[in-house]
Amino acid sequence: MKILSIETSCDETSVAIVEDGRKILTNRIYSQIDIHQKYGGVVPEIASRNHVTKLPYIIDEALEESQLTLADVDAIGVTNGPGLVGALLIGLSTAKAIAYSLGKPLIGVHHIEGHIAANFLQYPELEPPFLTLVVSGGHSHLVLVEDYQTFKVLGRTIDDAAGEAFDKISRVLGLGYPGGPAIDAAAQNGNPDAIPFPRVLLDKTKYDFSFSGLKSAVLNYLNGKKMKNEDVNPNDVAASFQMAVIEVLVIKTIACAKSIGMKTICMAGGVSCNSLLRQMMGKAATDEGMTLHYPDPILCTDNAAMIGSMAYYNYINGEESDLSLNGIPGLKIGTRQ
Amino acid sequence: MNTLTIDTSTIVATVAILNEEKLVGEMIINHQKKHSEKLMIAIDHLLSDGGLSIQDIDVFGIVSGPGSFTGLRIGMATVKGFAQALNKPVVGVSTLESLAMNIPFADGLICPVLDAQRNQTYTGVFHFEDGHLVRDMADSVMEIDDLIAFLKTKNETIYFLGDGLPRFSESLLEGCPGSRIVPNYLNMNRASSAGALVLERALKGETSHYREVEPFYIRPSYAEEHKK
Repeated sequence: MKILSIETSCDETSVAIVEDGRKILTNRIYSQIDIHQKYGGVVPEIASRNHVTKLPYIIDEALEESQLTLADVDAIGVTNGPGLVGALLIGLSTAKAIAYSLGKPLIGVHHIEGHIAANFLQYPELEPPFLTLVVSGGHSHLVLVEDYQTFKVLGRTIDDAAGEAFDKISRVLGLGYPGGPAIDAAAQNGNPDAIPFPRVLLDKTKYDFSFSGLKSAVLNYLNGKKMKNEDVNPNDVAASFQMAVIEVLVIKTIACAKSIGMKTICMAGGVSCNSLLRQMMGKAATDEGMTLHYPDPILCTDNAAMIGSMAYYNYINGEESDLSLNGIPGLKIGTRQ
Repeated sequence: MNTLTIDTSTIVATVAILNEEKLVGEMIINHQKKHSEKLMIAIDHLLSDGGLSIQDIDVFGIVSGPGSFTGLRIGMATVKGFAQALNKPVVGVSTLESLAMNIPFADGLICPVLDAQRNQTYTGVFHFEDGHLVRDMADSVMEIDDLIAFLKTKNETIYFLGDGLPRFSESLLEGCPGSRIVPNYLNMNRASSAGALVLERALKGETSHYREVEPFYIRPSYAEEHKK
């Protein structure tokens, strides 16, 4: 079964064709990063304007690359939340019109469930259950994937998403947008033990995260230095900040896996590209006799292939959307409306 | 030639099917902006009640702007999707000229006014000549006082319509004595009015490819406008 999928929840316009939820036939991604860079973050109206202009081209590219026509496609998958509502509606409106024109099923997909499904594309043998750490610009969640349709949120950020903290700190350090890769690169040349930023572990028996306190600590440190007219080494700040985030993510994830007796851990979302996270989570998992999975960087960022994978599992489990499917900016994991 | 025209540029969601013989059907929903939920269902009903399927549509019409940015894109993304899936051409028409088409026998100037927020209006000026719509002012975004000053120089009866009336009708009537407000049932967007223009242009071969047709925002985004 070939599913053409569309993802426009933020600033990537992406179209993929995925076979049986596992095999990528094409995964075209048009990134608007350079357009939003000069504003220091994603501008929703500009993102939406670019989606509506680019999407038809990206669909054509995907068809061309896969040597398929729309007639060869068996269903249309589309992200319907969470995300920027105006941006979601572009993919959604187009997906509905194409599905209706072809007389093929329309399948709404939860963006975070899509991120998790990126692991199904990377590891053809991977089956639930497993625990997933989903970390991106908009999300920080620990999700137990019991089966293809049952997602249980065991922990979540109570304030900022991890990627949001990376963006903010990167901006104040003058390292640019997006913050994840910028901090990662600067940290390579910095000392992670230079500044003892706090590790916010909250209640040790729970698996929620908080990054706003850490963010404030970094800002206070920078302000203090400025008041005293002292120089700051941005690489040291980046490395120390990054270590404080990653340590917490690793501690919480491993503790959560242990508490439920889970031996398989996956990571998903843009922040799971972070080199220190991959390295430290890998070591911690090995020490505990656990297996760690994470997709290639291209499947960690927002992309339509992951939506196509999840759409397949929604469909074979009897989930088909109707023409009233709406974009829902705050769609909760495991829900559809 | 069957045309299907969509207008989601304002609070009104409206869809019409027209061909050379007749208006096959029209749907106007003037109640809450839930275009994303309602649009495809309205199209589906209209087609089936009209004894047609989406494959029977030869040209897709879209009211491309000005109007609500999100609304424009819902309609545009839908039309692009149809045209791409079915490999059919598209005709984009202005929200303001479509509104003017609501009152073809008006004996003066027609001035649609849309609420563009910030005390501004999306507006244009038109009149009918031998049954054809003629444009007297390009679609613009302007202060209401500037519009009144411009209209005063015309010295003609002016017919106002559009969703800017609740906000602007008082100043318009005061600024342009002798002008008229078009009654409620004719002063909102109707896809049949846009569809008449779509059909006319399609018959003349004035169509666009689905990759070329674009929303007509007039205004840049707020971020672009205020970029230092």
